[in-house]
Amino acid sequence: MADRTASVRKPRLAVFKFASCDGCQLQLLDACGQLMQLADRVEIAQFLEASSRVDPGPYDLGLVEGSISTAEDVERIQAIRRDCRFLVTIGACATSGGIQALRNWGKIDEFLSAVYASPETIDALATSTPIADHVPVDFELRGCPVDPHQLLDVVTSVLLGRRPKVPSQSVCVECKSRGTVCVAVARGIPCLGPVTQAGCGALCPTHNRECFGCYGPAEAVNLVSLTGFYEQQGASREHLTRLVRGINGYSEAFRCESDRLQEEPDGVSTRERA
Amino acid sequence: MMRAVPREGAEQTLPGGAFPSGVATAPAGDPWRAHAVRIEGIVEEVPGVRSYDLRFLDDAVARDYRFVPGQFNMLHLPGIGEAAISISSDPAEPAQLAHTVRAVGNVTDALARMRVGETLMLRGPFGRPWPIAERTGRDLVLVAGGLGLASQRAAIRQLARHRERYSSVTVLHGAKEPASLLYTSEYEAWKASGLVVRGSVDGLADQGGTVDADAIPAWSGRVGLVTDLLSEVTTLSERTTLLCCGPDPMMTAVADVAMRRGVAADEIFLSLERNMACAVRHCGLCQFGPVFVCQDGPVFSYAAIAPFLRVPHL
Amino acid sequence: MHPENHPTRPEPRGVGSEELSVGASVWLPLDRLQGVIDALRADGMRVVGPQVAEGAVVYRDLERTSDLPLGWIDEQDGGRYRLTQQAEAGVFDHVVGPHSLKNFLFPSRDTIGRFLREDGTWKQLEDLPPEPPLAVLGVRACDLAGLAIQDRVFLGGEAVDPHYRRRRESLFLVAVNCRRAAATCFCHSTGCGPAVTGGFDLALTEFSGRFLCDIGSLRGAEMLAKAAAGSPLDRCTADEVQRARQQSAALEQAMHARREVPGEPRPRSMEMEGLRDLLFNNLEHARWDDVASRCLSCTNCTLVCPTCFCASVTEVADLSGDHVERERHWASCFTLDHARMHGESVRSSTASRYRQWLTHKLAGWIDQFGTSGCTGCGRCITWCPVGIDLTEEVAAIRDAPPPQEATP
Repeated sequence: MADRTASVRKPRLAVFKFASCDGCQLQLLDACGQLMQLADRVEIAQFLEASSRVDPGPYDLGLVEGSISTAEDVERIQAIRRDCRFLVTIGACATSGGIQALRNWGKIDEFLSAVYASPETIDALATSTPIADHVPVDFELRGCPVDPHQLLDVVTSVLLGRRPKVPSQSVCVECKSRGTVCVAVARGIPCLGPVTQAGCGALCPTHNRECFGCYGPAEAVNLVSLTGFYEQQGASREHLTRLVRGINGYSEAFRCESDRLQEEPDGVSTRERA
Repeated sequence: MMRAVPREGAEQTLPGGAFPSGVATAPAGDPWRAHAVRIEGIVEEVPGVRSYDLRFLDDAVARDYRFVPGQFNMLHLPGIGEAAISISSDPAEPAQLAHTVRAVGNVTDALARMRVGETLMLRGPFGRPWPIAERTGRDLVLVAGGLGLASQRAAIRQLARHRERYSSVTVLHGAKEPASLLYTSEYEAWKASGLVVRGSVDGLADQGGTVDADAIPAWSGRVGLVTDLLSEVTTLSERTTLLCCGPDPMMTAVADVAMRRGVAADEIFLSLERNMACAVRHCGLCQFGPVFVCQDGPVFSYAAIAPFLRVPHL
Repeated sequence: MHPENHPTRPEPRGVGSEELSVGASVWLPLDRLQGVIDALRADGMRVVGPQVAEGAVVYRDLERTSDLPLGWIDEQDGGRYRLTQQAEAGVFDHVVGPHSLKNFLFPSRDTIGRFLREDGTWKQLEDLPPEPPLAVLGVRACDLAGLAIQDRVFLGGEAVDPHYRRRRESLFLVAVNCRRAAATCFCHSTGCGPAVTGGFDLALTEFSGRFLCDIGSLRGAEMLAKAAAGSPLDRCTADEVQRARQQSAALEQAMHARREVPGEPRPRSMEMEGLRDLLFNNLEHARWDDVASRCLSCTNCTLVCPTCFCASVTEVADLSGDHVERERHWASCFTLDHARMHGESVRSSTASRYRQWLTHKLAGWIDQFGTSGCTGCGRCITWCPVGIDLTEEVAAIRDAPPPQEATP
């Protein structure tokens, strides 16, 4: 049988990690059967979560997990960008700074001394920021962690030169499609579902929990209206600030809202403001 | 879905009102039912725009298939998606379908990667046609912007064959640049049939903007907006029926010019384009005010939809 | 099976199966309602009915009447739904929950075609997975109205949707006359309720532990006959039937008489007169921007609406790409994808999307299907996460119509 790869070069894929928990890489690894198909169609040049082999660039597609958290990260992402024709960031850390971006509202020195026995050995930036704050990114795949099906669709789409089929509507679409009862309306639990991008299949509301915003802001969000209503229903500013300032708390829409909640005086409803 | 349009003289029975109710298209089964077609030929019309000649694999389907100019098919690439595309071929040869497609999305991009001999699925035809059959004796003016000419080519072929039934037939085609004028190789044949055919390019000017002739190299023809071209048409009067297809702002501008010249609002017909998933009034995506573009249109009388055309973001 | 095919049996006071005819009314105790469920299930039907789950009354598969929400009522307001127990509440004293018949007849995901590529050539496969016929217990007047509206959409036009049709044709409906209304209910305005007037197989009116059961169809009579086998059902007297009708009429009058009480949810109503022209004459009313400042574009109103029918289609392919299923799923005019053309949404602003939803529901629908798209069920009010209330929006536009041109 003729080796077609001899004449048609397989696209080269590389996976990079920055400040993160590796959960998104595990999602890629978990999609094992499909990953084998993927391996058949692309050359996996670097994926440390799966293999210690590291082939040098350039790469056709780079998947980047994690946020920029150290001075070294700032340098390394520039080099990766130069090496990758397409750069796709995956997960909340890479697309919005992740849960570790909570430190962006605090004082780094206080965190370091509270957490580490020898804080002087830690070399970290004062902020955790998304990859797109540092280099141009071709596509951002949200989620904490990312959905393996969406991840494979993005990889396939880049290879085929088409737009990924990633929804940008709210989590409410997934709740209602599943027949899940709204936790906000039926239980009075402040939920980020109406302002969060779908993709998780409404995992938390299906388990009677509110949405924590893992997939970041949906396509058209109105946080002021939502938090204003939750306040009218009795939720505290502090609770709402914590809710919005979560896994994707540093994404622009969520960041602006938690800052607003913190800065504006209590008890001003949306209606009164309007 | 196959429409129960009679073989001979079908177009004679088609009403031309805003929302004709007389086109009886009793359901012939599953509207989602598609038929396999093979790509027999691909013609690169202009950069990024190709025409696909399609033939049904099933002879029985090919035998029964009929369409009227202005109708569209849903072209379905399994695994990729489906797109509504005007039928651009001659209605006299209904089984030799042609569709002219610009690669602008997932489906049309994937279509652009297909080759002669490959198959796809097709549903159709759908929609209200151009009301040309019952406009005999009148001055017909067809105005197309860009790819809008694709929705008019079937009508042009039919008008060229039956030119003597009409007082005059004028085809105006506007595009941004000479290279994006469609079907230019056919202009001579259309003219030979007695049609007046004029093309115009407007450079990079948006509708209503100014035209920079210097920005358009190597073009000896007309430079200007298609509305300017329309203003020069001598047959524009109360005896005119105008058929227009292009971007919404261009169509309203064309309608304004035509009405100033005495063309009745209900003798101006526009072909609209909207997002669409079913083509049979079930999916709701193509709504435009109170109408469904897929089945109430895509061809509408200007009189019926003018109030809605002027509302932003409707 | 025709009721008359049943063997005769002794019947001291009750009515035999031969008297279980369309138009007749019989008394059905709760335990005999179980017999109806058993008969439907024995007939191969999937039976669903209202049950308490996840803090709401929702439709679930139903085997036992003991799973029905006896003693529960629902309090509803804009963006708020709470279940409470009430000692005197019956089996059906809740009104409508987030689910409606739409969830079953026009499900959120539905395979509408299967395709196979063999030797490079595509073909459509004929077979779709079979489904058991469905029986729904506890359907209210507003939802029967919603069903009639979706019938017009999917069955009443030039094209008929075969997937909706096969479910609709085998559908068995046990309707219920409401005894109370939530504050969000306004079926008295739309004319869709509260009384069930037709379009059912059986209809129940609850009277302390038993139901007056109206027989609406031959199938209804047949199932009731099976439930009555061995122990005949008592026939209702004309007075008892009259009492049941009066109960619905009284509720309707009470709904018309409702007035706002401080500290309580505002009872909803909507002036339907001239609504189509009012909305089409006010497509650029300032109220659209006002509601857009509150609207989340989250789609909840459209997805809980029993009549909203928008859908898009996705392609689901296996890894080889040779097996493809086309899946129709709910779409909403509140998403940017709904009106996307060449990468851009025609309705890019929330104001334009809310306008699309409301004008379609209350105005465009009349042109398209000869009926309003609103049943007055109030779901869009209750399940809006910020309590946007279409009756309030309509009233605001009605109160302050700017000078406009004539109706389009």
